[in-house]
Amino acid sequence: MEQLYQRDVYGKALVELGEQHKEIVVLDADLSGSTRTSLFAKAFPERFFNFGVAEQNMMAASAGLASCGKIVFVSTFAMFATGRAWDQVRNTVCYNNFNIKIVATHAGITVGPDGASHQAIEDIALMRVIPNMHIVVPCDGPQTREAVDAAIKTPGPFYIRLGRPKITTVENKGNFILGRSQQITEGNDVTVAACGIMVQSALTAARNLAQKGIRVRLINVHTIRPIDSEAIIAAAKQTKGIVVAEEHTVIGGLASSIDEIVAEKYPVTVIRVGVKNRYGQSGEPEELLQEYNLTPADIEKAVMRIVAP
Amino acid sequence: MVEFNGQKIKDLQDKAKHIRRSIVEMVAKANSGHPGGSLSATDLVTALYFAVMEHDSQKPHWPDRDRFHMSKGHCCPLWYSVLAEAGYFPKEKLFTLRKFGSILQGHPDRRTPGVEVASGSLGQGLSVALGMSLAAKVDKKSYRVYCLMGDGETQEGNIWEAAMAVSHYGCDNLCAILDNNGFQIDGKVSAIMNIEPVADKWKAFGWQAIEIDGHDMPQILAAFQQARETKGKPSIIIARTIKGKGVSFMENVGDFHGRAPTKEETEIALKELQ
Repeated sequence: MEQLYQRDVYGKALVELGEQHKEIVVLDADLSGSTRTSLFAKAFPERFFNFGVAEQNMMAASAGLASCGKIVFVSTFAMFATGRAWDQVRNTVCYNNFNIKIVATHAGITVGPDGASHQAIEDIALMRVIPNMHIVVPCDGPQTREAVDAAIKTPGPFYIRLGRPKITTVENKGNFILGRSQQITEGNDVTVAACGIMVQSALTAARNLAQKGIRVRLINVHTIRPIDSEAIIAAAKQTKGIVVAEEHTVIGGLASSIDEIVAEKYPVTVIRVGVKNRYGQSGEPEELLQEYNLTPADIEKAVMRIVAP
Repeated sequence: MVEFNGQKIKDLQDKAKHIRRSIVEMVAKANSGHPGGSLSATDLVTALYFAVMEHDSQKPHWPDRDRFHMSKGHCCPLWYSVLAEAGYFPKEKLFTLRKFGSILQGHPDRRTPGVEVASGSLGQGLSVALGMSLAAKVDKKSYRVYCLMGDGETQEGNIWEAAMAVSHYGCDNLCAILDNNGFQIDGKVSAIMNIEPVADKWKAFGWQAIEIDGHDMPQILAAFQQARETKGKPSIIIARTIKGKGVSFMENVGDFHGRAPTKEETEIALKELQ
């Protein structure tokens, strides 16, 4: 099975796209090696700007560049892009509806040993409340490239959430369409809606459950804004309930997005598999996924609570 | 000292007086807004739009235009008056300031012709100007970027992140203007959070600091010229100004930071500005 770093895919995509699109500029805040924007910096030094450890300045400066017709890619860790510079994102990036693509890496607890201060588990929530913002959480390496392509084709601000570790490519996902989820397995017992690294875990869970005769409909909700309401309402109507799996706090992220839709349109049970209102901590990604109940077994348990309450 | 044509100076002074009247009238009509800091920066922004910047209100998206960004966004009555005077939109719109559905929002917004980037949340404008300046470098264009900041505003950390970066990237196409009127909402800047020694701070960050009387038109024009002629580093014009300048009972009165004049006060103010 193919395993890729999403950041590698991102860095290479920037170099390729930078060749085609002369209006692309890239900004980073002293993490260009980790985010892989260093590849673009090497290829197009005149279109790369390092801001040092100053994310607020970087974010507001991206607006100045965008106002002059640039497509601006802004990268740093998810924690700093969405937390440290939130006001700049709200008032200066999104309020102006500028063509700014925030591609943040090291999201979620799988950042690992760096611990809680560096593990953004509330970034989707922070970005989701801002009008005009598109949010994409690619589930693997190839989908990272699709998300970046979509961001270039679609005017306006984007938040693309990438992780730190190498992740397994999810096969047979079908076409990527911004704003449309991808159904990965068919089933009418229970729906599992997942994003990011949790899609692969959910697929493992779905396969295990299939052996018990439980048919899971797995949907990859890679676009959190605008969300695929149609697929979610269909899932609410056609299956017994929805399990939502995300490497994020259970407050304000994908689960909340789905809660909001089903509560209004077709109330069904929604069970949230995510970080339960806690900070992260140091550890290896696998240890942390166990500790925070983000494993395929946790998804299976949640599905069983719907199947046999 | 550069010599300027006396008639040109007189015309700019008259224009500034006219804009001050417009500020007072529009804030009075809206019964809300920020007259104090608008009046303190009037001479500076008037000079920019009517003598310094290359721009064309009939072609607001002309790629080679000089850029202006008002980082102290609450002083938009000044910006709106200047834009209307320069022909960016009809003057009668000025009396829709802060009203529902208006193109003139309470803080600058891109729905106003001539406003390139919204502002209002303080401390971000110098970064915006930096982005515009870097875009000029990438595109090898020779336009200049001007950014007006308030003195209280420079208490924001973001300003100093930007100050460091503008200098690091040698943005000599960028000229910041500090409207150093000495007041912020809660009182005197020196009492609330002292920013002195201002010039030394900016110099330490690698800037050329030009200190002037921000109501003296020849000094203002000379400062912009000095900034334009200085290569390799950015310039900041530190303008000593009087909050509420031009209206006797508003001058150096903190209360008029964010309060509209009453009907009686407006009449007196407009008389003083004849």
